[in-house]
Amino acid sequence: MTQTPDAPHDPRGHYMALMAQRRLYGGLTLALFALLMISGFMLADERNAGGFWSGLPQIFDFPADVIADTLPKLDRLPGHLVRYFPALVETINIAAVSTLLGAAGAIVLSLLSTRGLARWPRLIPVFRRFMDILRAVPEIVVALVLIFVLGGGPVPAMLAIALHTAGALGKLFSEVNENADLKPVEGLSSVGATWLQRMWLGVVPQVSPNYFSYALLRFEINIRASAILGFVGAGGIGYELRNAMAWGKGRFDEAAAIFLLLFLTIVVFDQLSSHVRNAMISSKKGGH
Amino acid sequence: MADAALYASADRVFRRKKILAFGLPAVILAYLAYIFFAFDLPGLAERARWDNARTLLADTWSYKTHVTRDNRGGGITVAIEGERKGEYPEGITPDWVAPQDDGAVRVALKGGQEVMLLPGNGFRWEVPGYGLIEARLEGRDIVSNLPEDGLPEWISASSSRLQVTTDGARVSLTRSKTELFRYFPGWELFFFTLDSPYHGHGLGEILLGAQIDPARGNLAGAWRDFWGNAMWRHSDVAWALFETLLMAFLGTMGAALVALPLAFLSARNFAPLMALRFGVRRVFDFLRGVDGLIWTIVLSRAFGPGPMTGALAILLTDTGSFGKLFSEALENVDGKQIEGVASTGAKPLQRYRFGVIPQVVPVLVSQVLYFLESNTRSATIIGAITGGGIGLLLTQAMITQKDWEEVTYYIILVILMVMAMDSASGWLRRKLIKGN
Repeated sequence: MTQTPDAPHDPRGHYMALMAQRRLYGGLTLALFALLMISGFMLADERNAGGFWSGLPQIFDFPADVIADTLPKLDRLPGHLVRYFPALVETINIAAVSTLLGAAGAIVLSLLSTRGLARWPRLIPVFRRFMDILRAVPEIVVALVLIFVLGGGPVPAMLAIALHTAGALGKLFSEVNENADLKPVEGLSSVGATWLQRMWLGVVPQVSPNYFSYALLRFEINIRASAILGFVGAGGIGYELRNAMAWGKGRFDEAAAIFLLLFLTIVVFDQLSSHVRNAMISSKKGGH
Repeated sequence: MADAALYASADRVFRRKKILAFGLPAVILAYLAYIFFAFDLPGLAERARWDNARTLLADTWSYKTHVTRDNRGGGITVAIEGERKGEYPEGITPDWVAPQDDGAVRVALKGGQEVMLLPGNGFRWEVPGYGLIEARLEGRDIVSNLPEDGLPEWISASSSRLQVTTDGARVSLTRSKTELFRYFPGWELFFFTLDSPYHGHGLGEILLGAQIDPARGNLAGAWRDFWGNAMWRHSDVAWALFETLLMAFLGTMGAALVALPLAFLSARNFAPLMALRFGVRRVFDFLRGVDGLIWTIVLSRAFGPGPMTGALAILLTDTGSFGKLFSEALENVDGKQIEGVASTGAKPLQRYRFGVIPQVVPVLVSQVLYFLESNTRSATIIGAITGGGIGLLLTQAMITQKDWEEVTYYIILVILMVMAMDSASGWLRRKLIKGN
């Protein structure tokens, strides 16, 4: 503000003016953010069936019901756990197969959409858009449509998650591919290798550890997704959970068993995958 | 000697590579074979309802108009998609439906075909390549000129129901009514329903032409009729999309706000108390481990269906994820900057503000924006479970199993919304992180 041509040597004043402006902008952004949060909260509160403040004291009612139903029948819990274990295996299978299929699709799509590696460079934008669309469609949409056509069961969920995975991993994989060293590819093409051979022998060995680590993360996410899709009718533990919830109050002990199984599975796979990834990173560091 | 050892080690390496190169695909193949039977893929072909798929595909790009003759009253109604909202006013019919003087109704179909809906509760239809089909209700039974057996599969006949389906139309005769569907391409009544005076007028006519409805200005009136379209419910759909975005925004930002202070308590270099650190970390693990599905169920019991429930479910799950990510980011901060700030006599809070926050903000903002984008998708799914936002509309439209053009419309909107969020969050990320 005090900056005039007559006083060119006032760095302190200039700095303070800049800081004031910066603070003003920062403050305005914060105020806008706070306003958005508060008005959003009030709007959501108003449009919700039960309000936030009236619901807050009831938040533990359902867990309390579940525990109250389970405690007297604690001896039956192991039996329930065993009974629902096959459904859990189905959920994990859905996640595993869809991760496998999705990752395979993602490898192909990512190679086709990476500059310098693509088989048809002109089609790169087409494949990119295609992956964007695969990523943007929520799994539940594809699953519900497929349930309508194929009937309930694990297959619709598997296909839905696999499609989404192909899009999500494809983007990450193509970022990995961009960092791949092109020298092996050039070497291979100088001896007349086909595109498939160049990719399989020149690129994939370089990037497979990164692929694997991303696929593992995705597997974790897919377990959660396959449980949710089960809840809307596509087999597995989610489906059993919905049925168990329908028993209503007084019979939540089966739901408790399913909650427990789901919780343990997610924690176990979470720990397992972070352990494997850490081991891979440390072995990589040791190797170099 | 040295050569022999070298050869031996090379052989070992190759053997290992061979095992890996053949073993891994073999394991995957074996697993897929197991899945093939575990998921009962051979039985899938039987269970699959390909006619459902056909209806679905046809419905996404076309609509049908029902011409119904009530067999008791004898009245004729013409309604788009058979819905009340799409009914033609009495006395007005589309030009391909022509009531005759003798009480019959002539319905013109594609390719010059016609179906006569006869006054005596019957119909007559000359199907090209097959011949004349005549049927009527006699007493309580349907009598037709069709042979007892050897009917083609597009005709299904019994004493109580006769149905003939061809490429562009379908006629069914039951005891209570004779109904004809004719298919047209497009999404009918997308802009205006039949009761709106603006139906059938183009955009240019509404903007530039003469006043259509004397009571209202063209633009305002057209907008109100479009926005309040009873068939497509544009305003409800817009609200639902907004609710979904609201869930994602409130959930993600709320989670970030809750997780940030907690992350300080669980970062090794900020929380001196190991017990506290351990405790907070287990809280994060618990929040993440109890999946979004379970949180959604628990919360919808307390708060009922709606956007608040969805936002809270996202908030709880993501507090766990953010807590873990933020505390990792905090553990990676450079101590020198904090020391520098401390050397000027800054108090702990100032040290955090000027020594730590500037280092971690880019990481945090980028994570939050990534989550915001993916939560837009999650909010759709959570909405389908709790009942809120576009997810609810989508599942409702799917459960009725007839309005597939609406389902298609919602799917397109969801995809556009997620893609828009994707590019918006990418733009913000570049602006906030690289711009600074």
